[in-house]
Amino acid sequence: MLNYFPEEVLEHVFDFLTSHRDRNAVSLVCKSWYAVERFSREKVFIGNCYTISPERLIARFPRVRSLTLKGKPHFADFNLVPHDWGGYVQPWIESMAKAGVNLEELRLKRMLVSDESLDLLANFFPNFKSLVLVSCDGFSTDGLAAIASNCRFLRELDLQENEIEDRRGQWLSCFPDSCTSLVSLNFACLKGEVNLLSLERLVARCRNLRSLRVNHAVPLDALQRILAQAPQLVDLGIGSFVHDPDSEIYNKIETGMQKCTSITSLSGFLDVTARCLPAVYTICRHLTSLNLSYAPGIYSDELVKLICHCNKLERLLVLDTIGDKGLGVVASTCKELQELRVFPSDLYGVGNAAVTEEGLVAISAGCRKLNSILYFCEQMTNAALIMVAKNCPNFIRFRLATFNPTAPDAVTMQPLDEGFGAIVKSCKGLKRLSVSGLLTDQVFLYMGRYAKQLEMLSIAFAGDSDKGMLYVLNGCKKLKKLEIRDSPFGNAALLADMGKYETMRSLWMSSCEVTLGACKTLAQKMPRLNVEVINESDQMEASVDDKHKVEKMYLYRTLVGPRKDAPDFVWTL
Amino acid sequence: MEGYSRKDVGCPQLLDLIPKEKEWLVKSAEETNHGLSEEKKLELRLGPPGGDWTFKQINGPKNESLLSFGFFPNTTAGATTTSAPTPWQHQAKASFFPLMEKKSCRTVELQGAEKKAFSPANKAVPNSSNAQKRTAPAPVVGWPPIRSFRKNLANGNSSKLSSESQSVVPDKDFSKKPIENCPKSRFVKINMDGVPIGRKVDLKAFNSYEKLSSAVDELFRGLLAAQSDSSTNGIENELEEEKVISGLLNGSGEYTLVYEDNEGDRMLVGDVPWDMFVSTVKRLRVLKSSELPMLSCGSKPGKLSLDGSI
Repeated sequence: MLNYFPEEVLEHVFDFLTSHRDRNAVSLVCKSWYAVERFSREKVFIGNCYTISPERLIARFPRVRSLTLKGKPHFADFNLVPHDWGGYVQPWIESMAKAGVNLEELRLKRMLVSDESLDLLANFFPNFKSLVLVSCDGFSTDGLAAIASNCRFLRELDLQENEIEDRRGQWLSCFPDSCTSLVSLNFACLKGEVNLLSLERLVARCRNLRSLRVNHAVPLDALQRILAQAPQLVDLGIGSFVHDPDSEIYNKIETGMQKCTSITSLSGFLDVTARCLPAVYTICRHLTSLNLSYAPGIYSDELVKLICHCNKLERLLVLDTIGDKGLGVVASTCKELQELRVFPSDLYGVGNAAVTEEGLVAISAGCRKLNSILYFCEQMTNAALIMVAKNCPNFIRFRLATFNPTAPDAVTMQPLDEGFGAIVKSCKGLKRLSVSGLLTDQVFLYMGRYAKQLEMLSIAFAGDSDKGMLYVLNGCKKLKKLEIRDSPFGNAALLADMGKYETMRSLWMSSCEVTLGACKTLAQKMPRLNVEVINESDQMEASVDDKHKVEKMYLYRTLVGPRKDAPDFVWTL
Repeated sequence: MEGYSRKDVGCPQLLDLIPKEKEWLVKSAEETNHGLSEEKKLELRLGPPGGDWTFKQINGPKNESLLSFGFFPNTTAGATTTSAPTPWQHQAKASFFPLMEKKSCRTVELQGAEKKAFSPANKAVPNSSNAQKRTAPAPVVGWPPIRSFRKNLANGNSSKLSSESQSVVPDKDFSKKPIENCPKSRFVKINMDGVPIGRKVDLKAFNSYEKLSSAVDELFRGLLAAQSDSSTNGIENELEEEKVISGLLNGSGEYTLVYEDNEGDRMLVGDVPWDMFVSTVKRLRVLKSSELPMLSCGSKPGKLSLDGSI
């Protein structure tokens, strides 16, 4: 019956499908749906840039306008992957330029981006509108200058936590006077100076600017002038908030803030004088998102005073300087809280207080809508986790990291198996889990049995034997990404169900018990997997035999075979 | 004794780092009675549980604290006398990582002075509370799992120099060098009650509160004496005599040292670790103890012993 629908109608219906999963599902129905879908797809998400080649992508989706690419494995964030492992965006941009793709939006995560790539991007895609780079590196402010100069319709330039080389050029001044289209500009991660006058002028002429996040080089007085020009801002990232609170400038900022009634998201405070913070209390009332995790200069008391004003908060990112007491205040103030991230502040053992299981329990008791948490803490207990599981059964993401990766229950000295077991049992919608602390195979038994929706799992220093890993591989049917470090899982676990890996995006194992021989076996039996071994030591190839334990292994499913850009230290087996 | 071989050469270097008063460091002369060679006694060795603990023979009843070195979570006093908690272990909750209970053969054998075991490049190094004279113990690579971007932030790397948030403790783990943002000197003003002219003192020149205290004494002793000379009611002091300014830190002296922190609050000097103090202090003041009400009933003991090295 549906075959009699003209394709235009099908296409129109498909337009309402925005999730790429829905679109993927739809394209599997029949050949004509596949064809209609592929010509109408504009947004493509590629979770692992090595799963497919740019040419094949363009062949299937010629009308692609927005591309999201992810490169390095997640553990690259923690220095476990060598810098030049791969994940280059250049071939993608080149192919799309050659094929005349009308690219408008590019979102990259953990990829290597060069100035040359940015230059290509800026010059070959006349309708380019949006560039979002997260945890990327390899480029400099020259690349940004190219984007600023040439992208006439640029709406979004969002740079999150990238390593950008500062070439001291005036990249911000490269936005021509004719550029009035900016809606979102985020350069908070930039280390160098920016031309303040250019910034102010840019903000003044971009009347649609909704989101502005500046870096530490933008001082309070410049901010004040900027806010005067852009009271319509919805998202503000403050650079430097340092001033004498008894000054004229400070008063101006205070009044300026009062006019910014639309701001619902606040971040930054990269440099801060805590006594200036009261100036932002007026906007706190409207805030739904607050990120103070880049502000080690705000101590617990000031933090708490600020948060007391934020009763609409849905998303909060802080450092653990907030302390358990501070979290208690969050619990009683922020009843709408859905996402909480608490990052460690004391990385040098200077003796700053951290948070413990008490803070977590308090939050779970007060913030019943909580569904996503990332919590770095000094200690944890099973009792606390069980309580949290009871209070908040809606967790989608639950990530815990104890300072000591193998810390047992701080009270009973038992493994934390029961605590995490309670979490997976209670949170039936759990999609992402990171565990830490002393853990035996038992916790994995629980995961396999209960974590049926789990898609991503991070394991470190946990488990006793292969059984642990097997419980997970067998039980977690929706598992997509599994990353394991420093755990005693070996060949038996790796090879038990090789077909499983084709249902997953990737598997990372480092400092485990897996040998080279087993990796070779796997690679041989599963041609649609790339099994990469990262070998950083200076060993000669001859001395490496199959019984040798592999330091780092990363495997992922792919339709295009071994990649050609692997560096010397990466062996694709 | 299984599998040990060590050169003499390495041994003294390592042991120089270890405070001599700890039990398991054997002083050569007194304890040769066990018939062990010099080398064996001085050997530091950690192995899997049930491994050969040479220390057992040397140090009798102190076994427990020795065994606790690096592997067992415990709360014995012997192992946790540090006054400056290292990042991944806290007093009274001494759980060192990675715990050896796992079957994975990740034993770390510290054989004498093999630097490898102590180098930051090594993934699994037991954290020692006893060797506090060493620089910051090597953390596990990639733990805690936070992005380098954040690590550099906590280090003050991406913020300007004037930020109050800088920590002065050097880090060894990161490839990014934070050095360019650390000032070589940190001058703060210091004023003293009764002395109209203030001084400036470079906090980087000191590494402890004691040194600061004696510097204050040096700076102001003469000035104070000169003041009381010229004051109309100070008759008792003789012209030449300069009184030593002491007891600045424990409330016992005529004067007490306070400071103004980055939030503008006046705080008593000595409560926080030295490095944290340096990063938050904005100016110093030397006040008359009689003007500080809390000192009249004796000050509360600080978190740290001020005589201990930090």
